[in-house]
Amino acid sequence: MSDALLAAELLAAAPARLGGIWLRGPSAERDAVLAFLTEEFVDRPVRRLPVHIDEERLCGGIDVASSLSAGRRIEQAGLLQEVEGGLLVVPMAERMNGMVAGRIAQAMDAGAGFALVLIDDGGEEEIPPVSVTERVAFWCDFSTNPVSTVSDSDLPRIPERSRGRRALPVANGPSTSLGNAGGESLVRLEDRQTLANITLALGIDSARAMLFAQAALSLSAQIEDRDTITDDDVQFVARTVLGPRATRIPQQAEEPPPPPPPEGEDEPPPGDNDGDDEQHDPDQLDDLILAAVLASIPKDVLARIGEGRAARRATGAGGAGRKRASQMRGRPLGARPGLPRGGARLALIDTLRTAVPWQEIRRQQEGMEAPKRLRIRKGDLRIRRFEERAEALTIFAVDASGSSALARLAEAKGAVELMLAQSYVKRAQVALIAFRGTSAELLLPPTRSLTRAKKVLGELPGGGGTPLALGLSAAAELAETQAERGRTPFVAVLTDGKGNIDRNGQPGRAQAGEDALAAARRFAQSGTQAVVIDISARPQPEAAAIAAAMRARYLALPRADARGVERAVSALQFGKAS
Amino acid sequence: MPFPFSAIVGQDEMKRALLISAVDPRIGGVMVFGDRGTGKSTAARALSALLPPMLAIAGCRYNCAPEEAHRCPDKCAEKKGVKTAKVPVPFVDLPLGATEDRVLGALDLERALGRGEKAFEPGLLARAHRGYLYIDEINLLEDHLVDLLLDVAASGENLVEREGLSVRHPARFVLIGSGNPEEGELRPQLLDRFGLSVEVKTPQDLEQRIEIMRRCDALERDGAAFAADWAEADAKIVKRLARGKKALPNVAMPESTLTDAATLCMAVGADGLRGELTLMRAARAFAALEGAKSAERKHLRAVAPMALRHRLRRDVLDETGSTVRIDRALTELFG
Repeated sequence: MSDALLAAELLAAAPARLGGIWLRGPSAERDAVLAFLTEEFVDRPVRRLPVHIDEERLCGGIDVASSLSAGRRIEQAGLLQEVEGGLLVVPMAERMNGMVAGRIAQAMDAGAGFALVLIDDGGEEEIPPVSVTERVAFWCDFSTNPVSTVSDSDLPRIPERSRGRRALPVANGPSTSLGNAGGESLVRLEDRQTLANITLALGIDSARAMLFAQAALSLSAQIEDRDTITDDDVQFVARTVLGPRATRIPQQAEEPPPPPPPEGEDEPPPGDNDGDDEQHDPDQLDDLILAAVLASIPKDVLARIGEGRAARRATGAGGAGRKRASQMRGRPLGARPGLPRGGARLALIDTLRTAVPWQEIRRQQEGMEAPKRLRIRKGDLRIRRFEERAEALTIFAVDASGSSALARLAEAKGAVELMLAQSYVKRAQVALIAFRGTSAELLLPPTRSLTRAKKVLGELPGGGGTPLALGLSAAAELAETQAERGRTPFVAVLTDGKGNIDRNGQPGRAQAGEDALAAARRFAQSGTQAVVIDISARPQPEAAAIAAAMRARYLALPRADARGVERAVSALQFGKAS
Repeated sequence: MPFPFSAIVGQDEMKRALLISAVDPRIGGVMVFGDRGTGKSTAARALSALLPPMLAIAGCRYNCAPEEAHRCPDKCAEKKGVKTAKVPVPFVDLPLGATEDRVLGALDLERALGRGEKAFEPGLLARAHRGYLYIDEINLLEDHLVDLLLDVAASGENLVEREGLSVRHPARFVLIGSGNPEEGELRPQLLDRFGLSVEVKTPQDLEQRIEIMRRCDALERDGAAFAADWAEADAKIVKRLARGKKALPNVAMPESTLTDAATLCMAVGADGLRGELTLMRAARAFAALEGAKSAERKHLRAVAPMALRHRLRRDVLDETGSTVRIDRALTELFG
């Protein structure tokens, strides 16, 4: 039987202890898991949660529409209450917003005891909010392996076995674990040692992951009516619970060599502290288990982990979905006619105010015997409006090539950090694109986090050619996508304007110069506000030409330090110096 | 059933900060920085279960204490047959997506529609009065909610002027926030409101990790027995807290400790006077908790990192962490 199906089986037996399962990427196996779970939960509540659910429906509260028409308070139960002890399926989980995720996490912490199934079709950069993925035990990624691994013989077998087991009391409270409530723990000290070792070696910091692993370990033995834990159980848990959460590769384990990292990034994976290494001696580690873990991690992910990037990406993507401006919150502006749906909320007082003058007339129309109650028509409904200021985003496009001396790069870094230190006051975010060698890379996706920026900037390498065209295109692209999200981008290009790598990554000054000007003109079409800061020691006309083509301001700051750059950018972007 | 406070493995600084804030709520809340799955909310919830029940007007929606019941918008003290009762200290979990209505309170729809009355339905702030307001991932909280919390935390009362309502009720609570700074910085003004801040990490020690698994497994298998096992240890903490609270007004604050506090704040460059004030109060509360008669240098040292860590003027170009800077200053000044 496949791992995902076994995981689903355990989940059905003890949803409260395991939290749920994260199914990433479409595949036949995923459908099988889902079908199996639906079957297992047939006598428990099963709900699907649409991504656009509003707070009232999610958590319960007053049913506004029926309350208004009935003239008394009518409560509705929220989805989270309805699904207690059941199965909550979230399709498109990668689009889930922070509000919904926060509520689900809160309900799970409070012991709602449902099994959460996150169905995720997200791409590289899109994952469900970390607050929910953190709270489900099993992470199954089918996206790297879309071919079904379920053989036909697997499918009919599972419901049969579980049908026999359904007679067992459903273990749903934390205190009544499957089968052996109150008895001795199946998990031995050695097993705990193994789990602690693996989590340390893989850099899994969260204690939740470790506890999920422990629960899954004993459940996987119990489900087969064994009273000992075998290596198979440990390997299963390592593959489904621990492996996917790894943030670093144990140095000792044999690992498929990561593809040669780009120059400057060939540092070993960052360990949290070097003292760890004595604690998880390779000899102690069960090689078999680590091998199983490593085998369960897709190769490209493994490579990313090797570069120390996986964890960062994961935390960064956790914010996706929170960013869109909504008409749900912000500073109140006033009401306008409309129906309270799609997240818009009823402005009660304004609605009543609109309805009141018509009451007598409407009652007379209904006849004198009509009951004495409020008459509210659709046209009376008013919804609230909120002002949400668009966030400013400063995009630094930094020339990190050899022609820009390393010192200049340090100043760019300093300016980014200074901008970020101010960012909360100005409601601004900062992003950083570095171009060097033959590519432009988004090193710092839009963020407000100084901590995160420092981490990224600390590793920013310098040297190589100047692909100015690529840098400008990347900046324009980022500015446009961010503008679509309701932000106001501002681009600051730090360069000497002397491109020598063309847009195809080929060296050649002439072609590179033409490409850079073409990219600058395309940039101008996007209408994004920008400034080109010439950082060379002796400013030359090239950078000014680029600025003109971009319809951007041009600043020559040959001796500016980090504070100077920051002040200049702030002054242009926000109209005054900080 | 909350996890027993005493059964939490490690995380001594966080536990100490929580206890200090319980001894003297005026210190003003605890901010816990750290990654997910480090036991932040477990500890906060466990603490609220430790506190002795408080005296309140029975059935009052604002948790009014008998002595301040005259300020209650419901006029709870004037009702017929008013009784006081022991109620558990409230612990309110403020979810990330909470709306202003839920937090501040809003028009009571039922009474507005059914009886045509303009009545106020209290929100989470009223429920948290005299207790704890816990905000997980506080750094992701919407700005307008942060504004609102700042205002209430500073004034100790919630003033609602909206939807034709005008209500004022006391809202004093200990704010406990948690969050991971890598996912977004916390607004400096809000950070400043927190008396203490701690940084938590998952234990990187094998033995501790195994112990965590062992205890959670025990809880899952037999929650009642597990609670009973730890009841004694928890009861000790309850006693310590009660003794500390009682002793607090009598703990002396010698001149030398005050000098130490001022010197330290100057040395690390802590912004504003709030640093000194918090440092002094925290040292006194810790001394009370330890059963000491006066707050000495050792108490000051123990609480200095948590009282000052989040108040240092940040030089963004300096990589040194705040904790390191405080430790360095402590060593330089006091050896």
